[in-house]
Amino acid sequence: MNKPLNMVTLFIFLLFLQVFVLNNILFLDSINPYLYIVFVFLYPLKTNRIPFLFYSFLLGLLVDFFSDSGGIHAFSILYIAYIRLFFIRIYFRKVATDFAFFKLKSESFGKVFNYVVTLTVIHHLIYFTFANFSFQNLSNVISNTLFSCVFTLTLYFLGTYLFTKNE
Amino acid sequence: MQQLIYFFQKFKYFLFFLLLEFIALLFTFNNLNFHKSKFVNSANAITGGLYSQTKNISEYWSLKPKNKLLAQENARLKNLLEKTVSINLIKDSTIIDSIRYQQKFTFTTAKIINNNYSKTFNFLTLNKGKNSGIKREMAVINSKGIIGITDNSSSRYSRVQSILNRNSKINARLKNSNYFGTLSWNGKDYNIVQLSDLPRQAPLKIGDTIETGGKSTIFPEGIFIGTISKIDEGNSADNKVDVALFNDMSNLEYVYVIKNYHKEEIKSLEEQNE
Repeated sequence: MNKPLNMVTLFIFLLFLQVFVLNNILFLDSINPYLYIVFVFLYPLKTNRIPFLFYSFLLGLLVDFFSDSGGIHAFSILYIAYIRLFFIRIYFRKVATDFAFFKLKSESFGKVFNYVVTLTVIHHLIYFTFANFSFQNLSNVISNTLFSCVFTLTLYFLGTYLFTKNE
Repeated sequence: MQQLIYFFQKFKYFLFFLLLEFIALLFTFNNLNFHKSKFVNSANAITGGLYSQTKNISEYWSLKPKNKLLAQENARLKNLLEKTVSINLIKDSTIIDSIRYQQKFTFTTAKIINNNYSKTFNFLTLNKGKNSGIKREMAVINSKGIIGITDNSSSRYSRVQSILNRNSKINARLKNSNYFGTLSWNGKDYNIVQLSDLPRQAPLKIGDTIETGGKSTIFPEGIFIGTISKIDEGNSADNKVDVALFNDMSNLEYVYVIKNYHKEEIKSLEEQNE
């Protein structure tokens, strides 16, 4: 399968997985994984970032349409999509010429773990801050962020473990 | 000019990012405003259609409890009917005057196809819209109590602002006396809502029933809400009590949407006086 088609399938799969399955989990009445941000981790690095930013925004907005949350998902996923490059530079020590060959699979687990955890925590923190939208219940925001992060990350690493072929 | 183009070239990703973030913020703020939430909501043909498809599959698991609920409600309504019949029999004659008869409310059934209760601003989606006469600012209840107010409808679907939404404010009163206050939600527990601004002299006891007050044009009076579960002992300014809902908001299926025929008349009268 060629690359663009792969990404389109991933986009649709993540959207439907999020709104029809994961949004209904509600573990302990409030904890949900937000796995659609995997799109940001898996989208290939390119020199022209405009399409990537736009698709991330679109994915967030579509999740918003389904979960009646205004533009909160779009805001938070776009934010991590924009700062992704900064963390790739920090954690993987890549320069612009390496970007075409960059693959998350070929990197060591420790680096990938740091990278994924950082982006997930930032996304969840922004999302829950906006979902709460007040200075009351700040403890709720923190606890929701923590628990949902653990949930999302567990699902993500289980998923990559299951779906990567051992070569 | 060249400098300007150079500036745009250099910061094009950042500017694009800022533009999209600004759009997202705009949607967020509009969504929090009851009168502006036009664009991003689940009451459009695509999301509504997909939600009703999935609901069609998943509703089979809850048929038994829903049947039981219907039977209970039927029994309650039959009892009410029996009372009125016996009252009519006591009288010698009843006056039937078709001109004086005026129906104030109509009830439409609808099904909830999407339910949120874990967030701070919760919305529900119904499978009926403008084609069935559902417009904005209509009451939504079920057999156990109130659920919310419709805030947006497309031709076949409509969105409901749940009482579990921090923007929701509903007039409510004590059942045994007519003292009334404002019902709102603090965003914490989905079984507990708060009734505030009650007068000081109102007698409060744990277990007292709270119902809608009928002071608004949306809800008819006397629809159940819940019972008082905690009374604030301190002398706070807003005199707040916690109300445990009769409804389990996490498990809702069929609802009634209430249309008030007198709403326009009341509204126009109130605007004249201002």
